Amino acid sequence: MRPVYAISGGVSKFAKARPDKTFQAIIKEAYDYAIKDIGLDFPTFTRIVDGSVASYFSDHFTRQLMAGIMAQDYLGLCPKPGHRVEGGGATGGLCFQEAWKSVASGHMDVCVAYGFETMSHVETWKGNEFIALASDVSFDYPVGGFYSGYYAMMVTRHMKEFGTTVEQMAHVSVKNYINAFHNPYAQKSQRITIQDVRNAPMVAWPLTRLDICVMSDGAAAVILCSEEGLKKLEAAGAKVTRPLVKVTGIGRGTDAMRMADRPHVDYDYFMENYATELEKSSDETRAYYKKLWDHGTRYPGVHSFRAGRAAGNMAWKHAGIKDPLHELDFIELHDAYTSSEIQTYEDLGLCRYGEGGPFAESGKAFLPNIDYGLKLKDKPVCAVNPSGGLIACGHPVGATGLMQGVFAIWQLQGTIKTHFRDDQLQVKDAKRGAIHSHAGTGTYVSVSVLEREG
Amino acid sequence: MAKLPNQREETLGGYIVHGIPFPISTDEESLEFLKRMAPIQIEQEYKIKYLHSYGQDSPWFAALTNKRLLASRDPESGYTTANPRGHDMYSGAETKWIDITETPAHIHAFTVCYFGSEEFLPECPFVLALIEFEGVNTLLLTRLMGVDPAAPALDWIGMEVKPRFLRNSKLKPTDVYFVPSE
Repeated sequence: MRPVYAISGGVSKFAKARPDKTFQAIIKEAYDYAIKDIGLDFPTFTRIVDGSVASYFSDHFTRQLMAGIMAQDYLGLCPKPGHRVEGGGATGGLCFQEAWKSVASGHMDVCVAYGFETMSHVETWKGNEFIALASDVSFDYPVGGFYSGYYAMMVTRHMKEFGTTVEQMAHVSVKNYINAFHNPYAQKSQRITIQDVRNAPMVAWPLTRLDICVMSDGAAAVILCSEEGLKKLEAAGAKVTRPLVKVTGIGRGTDAMRMADRPHVDYDYFMENYATELEKSSDETRAYYKKLWDHGTRYPGVHSFRAGRAAGNMAWKHAGIKDPLHELDFIELHDAYTSSEIQTYEDLGLCRYGEGGPFAESGKAFLPNIDYGLKLKDKPVCAVNPSGGLIACGHPVGATGLMQGVFAIWQLQGTIKTHFRDDQLQVKDAKRGAIHSHAGTGTYVSVSVLEREG
Repeated sequence: MAKLPNQREETLGGYIVHGIPFPISTDEESLEFLKRMAPIQIEQEYKIKYLHSYGQDSPWFAALTNKRLLASRDPESGYTTANPRGHDMYSGAETKWIDITETPAHIHAFTVCYFGSEEFLPECPFVLALIEFEGVNTLLLTRLMGVDPAAPALDWIGMEVKPRFLRNSKLKPTDVYFVPSE
């Protein structure tokens, strides 16, 4: 595999509804921004780009099959190669990785990954139904198909087993909402408190409306290239920001569609097959896990995302990361629910299994120099969702993982101020970050590592 | 104090409109004005009936209609899944059916849904639960009755439960639900 650079990106404003444009034209907003950011005009970029990968989750929301080719057509990319990627909530992350593969394999020198979702075309409860059709329609959906309900069941188990509290979950919401207050692309712009989260209408106990991301209309695009592709673009007049941002780690994992079917493995199997290198090398952590298992914990059950652990371990290994908490400057993490952000802290090895709740309220995942109105015990270490994540930015499914990619590029380029017109969210001297994309109840998970060169 | 809603839920539906304001002439100025028009939105119906087959899982539903709850077991390893599964995920071997109707069962996890998908809105609030069975390696998603959806508590986890079956089968997994054993 050859080096792949993530050189530019664009995001449309995420909104509850975008009836002003068709999905193709919303994608073009993000696409045009990405082209303009490297100083090229549309025809020049069209001449150089080798192909694309399209990302959108649901044919139901658009009431349109083959929407990918309609976007390809609108963007003037025909007859160049392109295909659609779909993997539930992880669709955008998978799309990013498919574009990476196209370049890393030598198949393309310049590849554009674009994605969208227009979820406003149906009422919220119908949207919930469409999303719930991404659960087994023979066994899970008919029982009361509702993804917030599925995640709520997972977190009641996490609470029972590890003592996680609703206030710890609310810390995630406060962090992400207040971060998004400085992000002009975010759908939600409001400062909230722990009490606001708990007083919001209950959706699926114990998750309130402010524990859950919203449905959105939006699009995002990322341009990836090889060294040869970079030369071609620059020869045509592109002004690519230095230092370059390189993709240095790719990881993916999967798990059973019916979460009820997931295994409950013993301590030895967990340590051998799922523990991180850091966990394996620590006597204290092995003893900690032994104690958890002695008290009845089994892995992953429904409290943890085995796919997230598999994706994280694979990406960290690829990027040469042993201690993600201290070797990453930020993570854009798929926080469809506050609870799933906490579960994912554990999967990605930012803390040990069972310690996600205390980690959430510790302050380690917060940004410095932002007033959250909270008393945080620890100093920030690795910012999680400096953009505001899905909870505040919105979750137009096919665009979300690519939105994360765009924000990660801007963080590593040090250009947040240019794009946000506010540098509050710029992670100081960011050298390495990760993007994490996650499909329903952890069926598909992708983790990609991006790094600033030099 | 919980915040009261200050906004009505938006719904589709409305009046059919015949004719929309449009410039009388299509001169350059009028055509340019069209760029500032608000979008036209129409309603489209999407309704479909599927003939869905339960395939190799069909006996599981047949059992429910006869008030029995089946599970799938790998004949060699004994690995047992509460959901029907034609082939074991570890050995790849064809599974056999076992009857777990009388097997002791407990709540592993649960939630109360106060909101939901369109199809289930009339049933809100309802309780979803994952059930663990003694000697069974995986869980079963089900509805839980006989608990107060207005007073959920983590203490429900671990509660002993038993299956109850609909008298008039709908040939859906909701033909079985669970209630506290006491």
